[in-house]
Amino acid sequence: MANLESDFVGIKSPNPFWLASAPPTDKEYNVRRAFEAGWGGVVWKTLGAEGPPVVNVNGPRYGAIHGADRRLLGLNNIELITDRPLDVNLEEMTRVKRDYPDHALIASVMVPCEEDEWKRILPMIAETGCDGFELNFGCPHGMAERGMGSAVGQVPDYIEMVARWCKEATDLPVIVKLTPNITNILHPAEAALRGGADAVSLINTINSITNVNLDAMSPEPMIDGKGTHGGYCGPAVKPIALNMVAEIARNPETAKLPISGIGGITTWRDAAEFMALGAGNVQVCTAAMTYGFKIVQEMISGLSQWMDEKGYTSTADFVGMATPNVTDWQYLNLNHVTKAVINQDDCISCGRCYAACEDTSHQAIEMSEDRVFTVKDDECVACNLCVNVCPVENCITMRTLDVGEMDERTGKPVEADYGNWTAHPNNPMSTAAE
Amino acid sequence: MSNTPFSDGIQAARLDAAELSENFGDLHPRFDDHEALVAADRCYFCHDAPCMTACPTDIDIPLFIRQIATGTPEAAAKTIFDQNILGGMCARVCPTETLCEQVCVRETAEGNPVEIGRLQRYATDKLVDAGLHPFGRADSTGKKVAVVGAGPAGLSAAHRLAMHGHDVTVYDARAKAGGLNEFGIAAYKSVESFAEREVDWLLKIGGITVETGKKLGDGLSLDGLNAEFDAVFLGIGLGGVNALGVDGEDKDGVDDAVDFIAELRQADDLGQMAIGRDVVVIGGGMTAVDAAVQAKLLGALNVSLVYRRGKDRMNASEFEQDLAASKGVRIITNASPKSVIGNGAVREIEFEYTDNDLKPTGQTIRLAADQVFKAIGQTLEGDGLPELEWGKIKVDDTGRTSVAGIWAGGDCATGGDDLTVTAVAEGRDAAEDIHAKLSA
Repeated sequence: MANLESDFVGIKSPNPFWLASAPPTDKEYNVRRAFEAGWGGVVWKTLGAEGPPVVNVNGPRYGAIHGADRRLLGLNNIELITDRPLDVNLEEMTRVKRDYPDHALIASVMVPCEEDEWKRILPMIAETGCDGFELNFGCPHGMAERGMGSAVGQVPDYIEMVARWCKEATDLPVIVKLTPNITNILHPAEAALRGGADAVSLINTINSITNVNLDAMSPEPMIDGKGTHGGYCGPAVKPIALNMVAEIARNPETAKLPISGIGGITTWRDAAEFMALGAGNVQVCTAAMTYGFKIVQEMISGLSQWMDEKGYTSTADFVGMATPNVTDWQYLNLNHVTKAVINQDDCISCGRCYAACEDTSHQAIEMSEDRVFTVKDDECVACNLCVNVCPVENCITMRTLDVGEMDERTGKPVEADYGNWTAHPNNPMSTAAE
Repeated sequence: MSNTPFSDGIQAARLDAAELSENFGDLHPRFDDHEALVAADRCYFCHDAPCMTACPTDIDIPLFIRQIATGTPEAAAKTIFDQNILGGMCARVCPTETLCEQVCVRETAEGNPVEIGRLQRYATDKLVDAGLHPFGRADSTGKKVAVVGAGPAGLSAAHRLAMHGHDVTVYDARAKAGGLNEFGIAAYKSVESFAEREVDWLLKIGGITVETGKKLGDGLSLDGLNAEFDAVFLGIGLGGVNALGVDGEDKDGVDDAVDFIAELRQADDLGQMAIGRDVVVIGGGMTAVDAAVQAKLLGALNVSLVYRRGKDRMNASEFEQDLAASKGVRIITNASPKSVIGNGAVREIEFEYTDNDLKPTGQTIRLAADQVFKAIGQTLEGDGLPELEWGKIKVDDTGRTSVAGIWAGGDCATGGDDLTVTAVAEGRDAAEDIHAKLSA
C-alpha cells in the first residue's frame, strides 16, 4: 500500500489531509475526534489577539446552495475567527499536540496589521508546540471590515510586510493563506514569497450572497431582516481554486513556492487533482462539515488505491505532475480534432444531448423517430457539451481523429503537425515563419 | 365480532373495524413535501420525453415535475389539469407501470423509474384539497351541449365544453356522478371520497348542470337530446356484464364483480359487507383484480382469481397481478369455467384447463366456492345508438359518430384502451371538436 506520509515544508503528518482553519477545528473536542477519525493534521481555527474575543452573530451563520437531492454544493459563512479566549485555545492546543505528536497542528493567526502585535503573539502560540503558522489573510467578511483578513490579503505590500515580521518572530514554518477575492492570484503569492513565507495556502472563501429571501427581500443568511456577504466554499468553488493553484505552480517566479491546496475538496480524487497541479498537501473543511470527519477514511483509501494502481509510492511522486500541462489558450494544438461518439448500448434516450446541441450549440446530433441519437460528424465541433449534460457517465465520449483522417466538418484531413494560434493564418499577430 | 375468516358461507364482519380500516387504507399514500422533492429531483427533464408520448392525455410530465422541484406544485397541477382535468384520479388509477413510468429513461437506465404517478398525485392534491380551481369560462356562446354519462369521458368533455363557454347538461343513470371513478374501482385507490370531491372540484368551473337518475331509454331519448341540444356527447360506458355461459350460473352466490365493487365503494361500514369464505373470481382484467383483492381484504379465507388464458395475456397489469398475489390471492391461469355446482347456492365451481388458444385439455379442477364473481368483460347496452363496430359506438379520431351532432368517447366508443386516462383524453378531444363545430 502506498505511503501517504506527508512532509509539507518540514511539517510531518501521517497523510496529506488536513482540516482547514474553520469551525471544525475550533476546539480540543473536535480536533481530537478529527485525529481519531484519521485526519493527518489540523489548522486550528484562527486565533486573534489577547483580550476580549470577537463575538459572532446570534442568528444563522451559514447559507448554502444545493444540487439534486439537496446535495450541498456550496456553503457560505459569516462566522468570524475564534470567539473563545486566546488562553483557552492555547491550553487546548498544547494538550492536543502533546497527545498527538505525530499529527500536524498548525496555528492560524489574525491580529491587527502592526508589527508588535504579530511579533508578540507568535512566540506565545509557539509555546503550544504547534508545528507552524498560517497567516489568515483571507477571511472576506467581518474581520476585513476591521482591516484584517482579506483586507490584508488584497494588498500585496501588506502581505510581504506581515510575512516578514512573522518570519523574524519565529523559526517555525509560516504559511500565508491567500484570498481569492483579487484579480490576479500571482501578485499576493509573489508578495508572500518576497516576505519569506515558507508556503502559501489557497483559496480562502469567496465573497458571496448565496440566496435572497424573496419574502423578506433580504440576503441569506438573514439576521433580523438584513444580510451581509459571506465567504463561499464547498464543491462549487473547486474549479476556481484549482485554477489559482495552477497559476502559482506554473508561474516561474513562484513555481518553487510550496502550496497547500484548499477549495471544495470532497473526495480523494479532488485531493489528487489539487496535488497533481502542484499542491503539496490539501486542506478540507466543507466536506467535513457536510458529512462529518469520517469522510477522511474514503480519502485515505481512495488515494492509496489510486497511487498503488499508478505505481506511486509517495505523494511526492505525483505532486505537480499536471502542472507542465497547464498552458495558455494560444498554445493549444488547433490541429487536434475530436468528435463526440454516443455509445448506443449505454444511451438511455433521454435526449438531453440533442436538446443541448440543437437549441444551444451546433445542431450536430440527429434524433430518429425511435429516439436513437447519433452525432453528425460534419457538424460536430467537439465542444463537449453533450458529454457534460449526459446523465450517464461515459455514454458520450470524445474520439480523437487519427492523423490523415478526414474531418467531415472542415473537409480537410487531420494534420500531423502541432499548430497553434500564434502561427495561425487568421491571427493578425501571427508569428509564423515567413 | 362473531365471524372470522373461517366462518362458513357469505358473512359480514370477518375482520374487526381496525383491520378493515388498515386493509382499505391508501394503496400509495401521498408523498409529503420532502418525498416529493426527492422524487422530483430524479427527473432528467428529457427532450420530447418518452413519458409524455406514453401518456394518453399528453401531460407535459417533465415540466410539471420541474415545477414541483422548484417549489411550485400549484403550477405543476395546472400543467397537469391543462391536459387532463381528472389528473387527480388518473394519478391514483393509471397503470403507470405500463404507460409513463414504463418508458421513463430511468426505468431504462436503472429499472427504477421516476415516480410520475405519485408526483402527479402530490401536485393535483395540492389544488383539489385547497379547493382551488385554476380555470375560468370563456364568454357564453349561448350553445347547449348534452353529455350522457358522468364518468371520466363525460366529465372531461363537460369541463372542456364549459371552459369554452358552452352550457352543459350532464345526465347519469346513477344517483351520483363519477361513473367508474365512483363505482368501478377498488376502494383503496380512492380513499377519503376522492372521486366525489374531484367531481365537486371539477364542477367549480361553472356552466355544468348534473342530472342524475336519467338514463337513455329510461327518461332520455337520443333523438330528443339531439333535437334539444346543439350537440350531444355519449360517454355511457359499458353497462352490461358478460355471462359465463355455463351450467349453474344462476345459483345463489354467483354475482357480477362490478356490482360487488360498486356496493363496497358505497358502503358506509365495511363491517356490513358480506363476503364468502371461499371466493372465486373469474376474469383477468383490472375488475377481476379489484374484486379479488378486496374480497381478501374483507377477510375471505381463500380467494382464487381464475383466468382462461396465460398470465401474459391478462389485461391486469403486472403491478396489479403482483398486488393480488401479495395480498394472498391465488392466481390460476389457463382454466376455463365449466360448471357451477351446488344445491341452490354455489358450493364448488369446475374449470377445465385450456391452452393459450383456449383449446380444452380435458383436465379439470374443482374449487370450493361459496361466492363467485364474474369479471369477464362488460358490454355496451342500449337501443337506437349510432352505428356500432365490434360492439362499440363507431367513432372517428375526434369522437364523431355516424349521427350528425352526436359524439362519443370512453369505454362505450371504439378506439383506445378501456382506461380512465383514455376516456379523459377522448372526452377532451371530442369537446374540442364539438367546440370547433359549434364555433364554425
